[in-house]
Amino acid sequence: MPLSTRHLLGLDGMKREDIQLILDTAVSFREVLDRPIKKVPPLQGKTIANMFFENSTRTRLSFELAERRLSADVLGFSATGSSVSKGETLKDTARNIEAMKIDMVVMRHSAAGAPHYLAKVIESNVINAGDGGHEHPTQALLDMYTIREKLGRLEGLHVCIIGDISHSRVARSNIYGLKTMGARVSVCGPATMIPREIENLGVEVYHHIDDVLPRIDVLNVLRIQLERDAGRLFPSIREYHNFYGVTRQRLDKAGREITIMHPGPINRDVEISADVADSENSVILQQVLNGVAIRMAVLYLLATKN
Amino acid sequence: MKLLLKGGTLIDPVSGRDEVLDIVVVDGRIEQLGSSLSAPSAQVIELKGKVVAPGFVDMHVHLRQPGYEYKETILTGCTSAAAGGFTAVCCMPNTNPPVDDESVVHLIQNEAKKALDGLVDVYPIAAVTVGRKGEKLAPLAELASAGAVGFTDDGDPVFDAEVMRRALEYAKMYGRPVIQHAQDLPLTKGGVMNEGFVATSLGLAGMPPAAEEVMIARDIRLSEYTGGQYHVAHISTATAVELVRQAKARRLSVSCEVTPHHFTLTDELVRSYDTNTKMNPPLRTRDDVEAIKVGLKDGTIDVIATDHAPHSFDEKQVEYQSAPFGIVGLETALGLAITELFMKNVLSLSQLVEKFSTNPRRILHLPTIRIAVGEMANLTIFDPVVQWVVDPQFFKSKSKNSPFGGFRLTGKAVGVLNNGQTYWN
Repeated sequence: MPLSTRHLLGLDGMKREDIQLILDTAVSFREVLDRPIKKVPPLQGKTIANMFFENSTRTRLSFELAERRLSADVLGFSATGSSVSKGETLKDTARNIEAMKIDMVVMRHSAAGAPHYLAKVIESNVINAGDGGHEHPTQALLDMYTIREKLGRLEGLHVCIIGDISHSRVARSNIYGLKTMGARVSVCGPATMIPREIENLGVEVYHHIDDVLPRIDVLNVLRIQLERDAGRLFPSIREYHNFYGVTRQRLDKAGREITIMHPGPINRDVEISADVADSENSVILQQVLNGVAIRMAVLYLLATKN
Repeated sequence: MKLLLKGGTLIDPVSGRDEVLDIVVVDGRIEQLGSSLSAPSAQVIELKGKVVAPGFVDMHVHLRQPGYEYKETILTGCTSAAAGGFTAVCCMPNTNPPVDDESVVHLIQNEAKKALDGLVDVYPIAAVTVGRKGEKLAPLAELASAGAVGFTDDGDPVFDAEVMRRALEYAKMYGRPVIQHAQDLPLTKGGVMNEGFVATSLGLAGMPPAAEEVMIARDIRLSEYTGGQYHVAHISTATAVELVRQAKARRLSVSCEVTPHHFTLTDELVRSYDTNTKMNPPLRTRDDVEAIKVGLKDGTIDVIATDHAPHSFDEKQVEYQSAPFGIVGLETALGLAITELFMKNVLSLSQLVEKFSTNPRRILHLPTIRIAVGEMANLTIFDPVVQWVVDPQFFKSKSKNSPFGGFRLTGKAVGVLNNGQTYWN
């Protein structure tokens, strides 16, 4: 059974069967990553352009590695700032790269909806590697994969996402994906970081971390944008850590085994204390490894669908 | 040149007429008015089932000239207006240079006289502040004397309360309204659409409805304090409509307009990421649309104006957040008003004519159109039942940035007469 879509733009509206297929396919690729020879041939002859209009280290490396492990030819492109400020439009940039006969585009862009627009103006498959504050579908897929690997299921689990929900593409994709897969989802953060009417996405809203911890199985901790947000969305880093920081003491008080996740990069002792990040319940490094397998699965399923 | 307009229904809120009537127009002047007229050697225009009304004025149009002629010119904008059934437009001052000097007023007036031989009256609205920067008052008296019919920094608000107060006081001496683009700037920083559930779903930065409302609330108080005439441009939220309703109940000199897109569309449309759904103020929610319809019905909203904002094709072919705000509206306004307001029993045709003609003329103190023997014919003729599908490629406007492509509308302009000139679709 192939995917029902030719792009991966987001998890909003994605069918449960499609998500299931990606997660299941990733299991085989995850197994490949444990082999001594980690390269397999299915994307031989395919060319993939990684268009990163916004800084990214781990997502870009993860995609590149996934592409090479599948034997694809990889084309890199990065530009800081918007395409507009460069004087060439996104449409022109993408069409120029496509003119060199490529098969897929992986794009990171600071503008929400940029990959949706791109999918309308080029022929290649488009994979969203993060669009503004909108979606980061492969991150949510790898998060779901990691939860399933650790806890055996998604259905019926209670997952809380804590941090700046307003500006987080990771939060949105996780909400869309987890809800589709039958999980219960909460968000937690100061009111200034919770977007309007998010309850209508079917999530519960908490403003006090100690209220939510005793109820959940998984806590997904979002990175705080220190430079951008302090003094605007919350008064100070110290106050944020004191009231929303995930600490050993808080977790102990909750009296519950909670799996700890973080999309990275971590600000140690800001949103998460160092001992929690490095603890046994933390699956942060597994997330990174699983990310390669998930991206291999997505690339493989889209490429072989054509 | 002799015309016999035969069998049309004259709807004239000024005289209270609503009857089938023939009109003979000779060289632009109404020579006869009556039933079953015959006029030898006249060109007969059969108007059975059509409506003849005093000429429509769109009091909120961006003609883009001078400075942005690649988007629109006074000629293409006037042609678009005529095709849409308007005999007059008020053009906004956010040109380059802006209309903050009488020389620019004259330039616009001269171009307008040449365009279509003066068929469409173009009334410039001048800037409130120098360079539209919101700091120093523009030469309001000179601008008014040159022919500016109102003042606005549209595109941007007059944000500073002190500047607004002085503008209201000063404009009042010349009987001109200050027209506000009501938007609190810090509250909307970076915003590209309405703040609410759809923005939350899409991860796009929102502009809260409160940003419009706090500015209107402040301005109403300043209008009351100074006695200055205040008009809200493109009102878009339920609470904003309520604020104006309350101001009117207190008999303040306050009025407002709404665009066809704000009484038709909601922010749900932004889910397409189509940049033709991006305008300022943004599309709001179903509740806001319903409140606007109530406001139109009870008279809180005086005017339908398009905020016709042409942008080139390429300018809109970008990421949503990078696209300019605004859509064209002159050629879809009447169809949308009939489809959404008349067909849905929000307004009668006579009330519709008031919103398009009588009320904007009253607010801007423009000459009243009299449909009587001896008067110059200034008429909009439209078909209230014809169905058509919008195809922006056929717009007369230089720009095609409309979210209404493919919409099936009822009602369309047939033609206009003004200043001895005619235009027929």
